[in-house]
Amino acid sequence: MTLVRLTGVSKHYGTVRALEGVSLEVHAGQITCVLGDNGAGKSTLIKIIAGLHRHDGGTLDIEGEETVLNSPREALDRGIATVHQDLAVVPLMPVWRNFFLGSEPRTGLLRRLDVDFMRRTTHAELLRMGIDLRDVDQPIGTLSGGERQCVAIARAVYFGAKVLILDEPTAALGVKQSGVVLKYVAAARDRGLGVVLITHNPHHAHLVGDRFVLLRRGTMVGSHTRDEITLDELTSQMAGGSDLESLRHELERG
Amino acid sequence: MSATLDKTHDERILRTSPLRRLLSRPEFGSVVGALAVFLFFAVAADGFLRASSLGTVLYASSTIGIMAVPVALLMIGGEFDLSAGVLVTSSALVSSMFSYQMTADTWVGVGVSLLVTLAVGAANGFVLTRTRLPSFIVTLGTFLMLTGMNLGLTKLIDGTVSTKTIADMEGFPSAHAVFASTLTVGGVDFKITIIWWLALVAIASWILLRTRAGNWIFAVGGNQDAARAVGVPVTRTKIGLYMGVAFGAWISGQHLLFSYDAVQSGEGVGNELIYIIAAVIGGCLITGGHGSAVGSAVGALLFGMTSKGIVFAEWNPDWFKFFLGAMLLLATLLNTWVRKRAEAAA
Repeated sequence: MTLVRLTGVSKHYGTVRALEGVSLEVHAGQITCVLGDNGAGKSTLIKIIAGLHRHDGGTLDIEGEETVLNSPREALDRGIATVHQDLAVVPLMPVWRNFFLGSEPRTGLLRRLDVDFMRRTTHAELLRMGIDLRDVDQPIGTLSGGERQCVAIARAVYFGAKVLILDEPTAALGVKQSGVVLKYVAAARDRGLGVVLITHNPHHAHLVGDRFVLLRRGTMVGSHTRDEITLDELTSQMAGGSDLESLRHELERG
Repeated sequence: MSATLDKTHDERILRTSPLRRLLSRPEFGSVVGALAVFLFFAVAADGFLRASSLGTVLYASSTIGIMAVPVALLMIGGEFDLSAGVLVTSSALVSSMFSYQMTADTWVGVGVSLLVTLAVGAANGFVLTRTRLPSFIVTLGTFLMLTGMNLGLTKLIDGTVSTKTIADMEGFPSAHAVFASTLTVGGVDFKITIIWWLALVAIASWILLRTRAGNWIFAVGGNQDAARAVGVPVTRTKIGLYMGVAFGAWISGQHLLFSYDAVQSGEGVGNELIYIIAAVIGGCLITGGHGSAVGSAVGALLFGMTSKGIVFAEWNPDWFKFFLGAMLLLATLLNTWVRKRAEAAA
């Protein structure tokens, strides 16, 4: 099922052409990778899907219905959740408080927090994603970067996301941590979510991706399904084959 | 998921010992400090351990504590209020002058004072969230304006720097009972402010730990952008916190007024720092996101014990400020150290 479809989408900031003619599909139970170097337009693209910016041209279909998203809240209501790399959590707060932040369940006459439910649910939901956190009371800042990403992913899944946008989830992580995060990304996919994975690492993308969209300087330079492209081709397209060749030439020693 | 993954988690959990848990409580450092100060004066000052001294120490603590509670909540929410000290005086002045000039019933003045004081708090929060200036600047501005208005308006209306007595007005005895009476329990005199103080600590603790608003307070102080991104109403939370400080200022202001029957318009300057110090000694992180209402109460108790202990020991009270400074430094160092140990990422 196609959850999100972008067709020839473009976005201009004043006279700057940030995005031009980009098409992309997100299917349930699949991972669509968006690859590109810094300034390629990856951020602009996810901001359009996440409802932070409106697109100027082309169409955005959500579950087959043409849509213009006006706010992140609208995107959330349509089941599109975004996990940002840096502003995912409040480090000093316990894991369970972070998990429910902004959507706290309440109970009783005095509308107090349903703390038992919050603790239990946090533990259970993390377990479903493959993290066995005995102590949901520890500050989330004591978790590793990968685990924090995982909590944010589990949170989005719990609150009914159908589409999960992950903004460079492995950018600040080491090799091992990246592997852990990619496993959780795969776990979210296996639970039937459509995932959009933004990255500039073709190795990470090729490990989990079903579709690959390559961006360079605001335009789409490639769109492939998994069986159409090898890792080497992906890497070379991503770096810009000819650019890499000329760089090698420049760096060659006398 | 995989066995290796689970194992790394188990290792981390084992390191969270009960001792570490205790150490990571925000009020831990202040409780240790309070015990030390208590023992010190119990030895050094004759009469410190007498039952009657308990009432005196608790009264001194409560007058600071009533304000330290909302100031602590505000600090957990990531902001300061430098106008809190003079706002107490403003609140008393409004109450007194409105009663005197407009009606003959003190309760009307008390009500009007509540509205005016809350409005000042809301204005603090509104200007802060609208302009996005640091709260240090915004409330420093309010502090200076209120200081000037307190003196200026009082002189303009009453001709002197203090208000006229309202002791002979309707409602004075009942207002006095609510805000400034003395209860005798087992032969020891306790001021009613102690009850206000304890009630505020209990309510604030409940709000912080068991309500949605409490979750939001920790979140806006800990990481405002993250809070906003998940739908926490940051503006509303901050304005609410400033109105909480204003509410504390109203209680303190009415106590100030009804303890006597008139108010000196120059009072309150400098007290804002005392409230902040009590909150910090009580374990509130000055950058926000961490702390407790109980901690602020222990901080206020430390204040009360030190200020009265010095009197009981018959030392020159000038040394109070010296003790204060030393305590602030020690408490902050201890808190920083404790937090680092408790939250060291594995």
